[in-house]
Amino acid sequence: MKIPITYNVRSVLRRPLSTALTALGVGLVVAVFIGMLALANGFNTALARTGSDHNVLVVRRGADSELSSGVSRETVSILAASPHVATGPDGRPAVSPELYVLIPLPRPADSTALANVVVRGVSEQAWEVRSNIRIVAGRRIQSGQAEICLGRKLVPRFAGTAIGQSIRFANRDWSVVCHFTAAGSAFESEIWGENEQFMPVFRGEVFQSVTLRLKDPAAFEEAKRAFEDDRRITVDAHRESAFYVAQSQLLGRILQILAVLITSIMAVGAVFGAINTMYAAVASRTPEIAVLLTLGFRPRSVLASFIIESAIIAAAGGLIGCLLALPINGIVTSTTNWASFSEIAFSFRVTPRLLVAGVVFAVVMGVVGGCFPAWRASRLQVVQAIRAV
Amino acid sequence: MKYFPLVLANLGRHKRRTILTIAGVALALFLFASLRTVVTTIGAAAQFGSARRLVATNATGIVFPLPLSYANRLSTVPGVEAVTWANWFGGRYGDGKRFFANFAVDPVSYLDMYPELVMPADQREAFLREKSSAIIGKRLLEVFGWQLGQDVTLQGTIFPGDWTFTIRGIYTPSDAVLNDDMLLFRHDYFDERIGRAGIAGWYVIRIDDPNRAASIAKSIDDQFKNSSTPTKTGTEQAFNATFATMWGNVRLLMGTIGTAVVFAILLVAANAMMMSARERTGEVAILKTIGFRDGTLFALVMLEAGLISLTGAAIGLGAAKLLYRATNFNAAGFLPGFDVTPSTIVIGAGIALLLMLASGLVPALRAARLPVIQALRHVE
Repeated sequence: MKIPITYNVRSVLRRPLSTALTALGVGLVVAVFIGMLALANGFNTALARTGSDHNVLVVRRGADSELSSGVSRETVSILAASPHVATGPDGRPAVSPELYVLIPLPRPADSTALANVVVRGVSEQAWEVRSNIRIVAGRRIQSGQAEICLGRKLVPRFAGTAIGQSIRFANRDWSVVCHFTAAGSAFESEIWGENEQFMPVFRGEVFQSVTLRLKDPAAFEEAKRAFEDDRRITVDAHRESAFYVAQSQLLGRILQILAVLITSIMAVGAVFGAINTMYAAVASRTPEIAVLLTLGFRPRSVLASFIIESAIIAAAGGLIGCLLALPINGIVTSTTNWASFSEIAFSFRVTPRLLVAGVVFAVVMGVVGGCFPAWRASRLQVVQAIRAV
Repeated sequence: MKYFPLVLANLGRHKRRTILTIAGVALALFLFASLRTVVTTIGAAAQFGSARRLVATNATGIVFPLPLSYANRLSTVPGVEAVTWANWFGGRYGDGKRFFANFAVDPVSYLDMYPELVMPADQREAFLREKSSAIIGKRLLEVFGWQLGQDVTLQGTIFPGDWTFTIRGIYTPSDAVLNDDMLLFRHDYFDERIGRAGIAGWYVIRIDDPNRAASIAKSIDDQFKNSSTPTKTGTEQAFNATFATMWGNVRLLMGTIGTAVVFAILLVAANAMMMSARERTGEVAILKTIGFRDGTLFALVMLEAGLISLTGAAIGLGAAKLLYRATNFNAAGFLPGFDVTPSTIVIGAGIALLLMLASGLVPALRAARLPVIQALRHVE
């Protein structure tokens, strides 16, 4: 016969203080677990969303990031003439040759501290090729003007970013004419301007990457081979989405390892706590258990009952942890993406899946912590235990 | 302390609980020490830099080079003692999964500028003699299994192609903050191969008087202000600090997690200690009846709590210190000089004392104030 769960709930409530302390301990572990994974999640999302499956990103052969690449005008025209490239609404090939450099911008909090920000020089086509870009305020840059557009995440983090204001870099003032979003991707941490304006002030007649839209996304492998085997050019072609995911791999992996490492050490500590609490519960309820056994409850039921009790405490802790972790959702933080040495802003993303994982994690801690004490309770010798009544 | 055996006996009564609690405290402090060491290591990297060294980079951004011709003009600026230059190479070895810094340096002036790179004299000679040679940090020997005299081939990411260097020297940094996993090769070899482009990524300048660093930096920048490539000069420390700030909020993050970890596990440990104390109400009453003073009982409970938390702290902090030292941990090159600092140990010990107070105070006061008559009723 099973021991009703109300029995466990009531006994938990009889010891409010020690139950609350154990649950809070578990809750903090779960909060850190969710928080760390939300961070890794947000970072990966920012980079994973940066690219599109429809696009191919071409860099110089051997370059592992846009920063280290260099592509000539001639290469761009050869790529643009390829039959694999889609045609834009204006009848021109959907090819965007882009400049990619880092510039130091002073942080508003402390003007001596500098952050490396990505400046991307784009052509008109970039706005068509990169379909997830939406202008949220202002207008597109005009050709031939010293104008720039800012990713939305840059706006609150630096000075002079409002529309109509200007930012100074490369010895010139650039007026801000629009703010854009890019579905939460890393583009939102970039400054965009016209590539022909940037060329003379930065590296001269060379682009860093070419992004082109495929006529048929399924024909990526074919297009890749065509570009890489072309004897006139020495390039590597990547699917745009895969390229940006690869850029985030290192940091994403570090964050995930950290999350797992820290929370597993914490979890061991919390399990110790749960074991202690449950042992104490078993010890103080020895007579009670004896009565249960005498009444005819099976040792198996006693075992299950105590494990359930431990799981209930831990589940309560898991819920506390979720409540503690929820407010961090959406908080914007920034870090350097080491692959490109540039700063990326991204937000913590607490997803329902993470919350569920947090509660499951808590219950697992509870069950593990409850196992040994429950085993002991179920093995109690009735005759001996009943003497304590 | 004639009551010490009594405290030990009390601890030994619930051996399992005592061990679990000590282990919990040890884990908390191990984690605390690890997280705080990340913060202190980043801090130390930001602090690193000789006060007598300045770094000049392109004012437009660190990814843009400066002309090699600046070397001569820099050395004529008043207050400048020596000038050297280097260029980031960004080469990959093998699958490129293990990142390590590799750059081209002017051999004579660079080794002269950085006496922190300690190397046997004959290896130094060999590096200065042979154009296609390279020197590496001693850690790369283990990482890639390289040997002295071996040819290694890097794939250039910025400067395409296969670049083969012969390892002629192995340096050991005299300051642990300095990376021990760099590969340095000769700038003249680099320049020749990229078609005599005459570029330098950054200049390092030694000045005669650290107090004049700001004014010398300004006179350097003024000199190139109206040229096509203006410079930005600052102290080496400021240069390193910009890289350390790139860690962004990692420091804050580690701090927050550290606090949560410590708080969570301490909560659990305190709970266990209070449980032990509560169970002994009857015992305390008997001790009082046979003449133990309130103060003595208070001290006994506190001592028990202190023994648990201090033992746990000693294990946790000691393990962190020894483990990171023994394994020579440096987070795959990202955190050179990873070592638990004395300040971390002191703060950890402080946390343990705090835990002793937090977990011991309530039960100790209860024991001291317990009315004997009431408590004796519990005794059967």
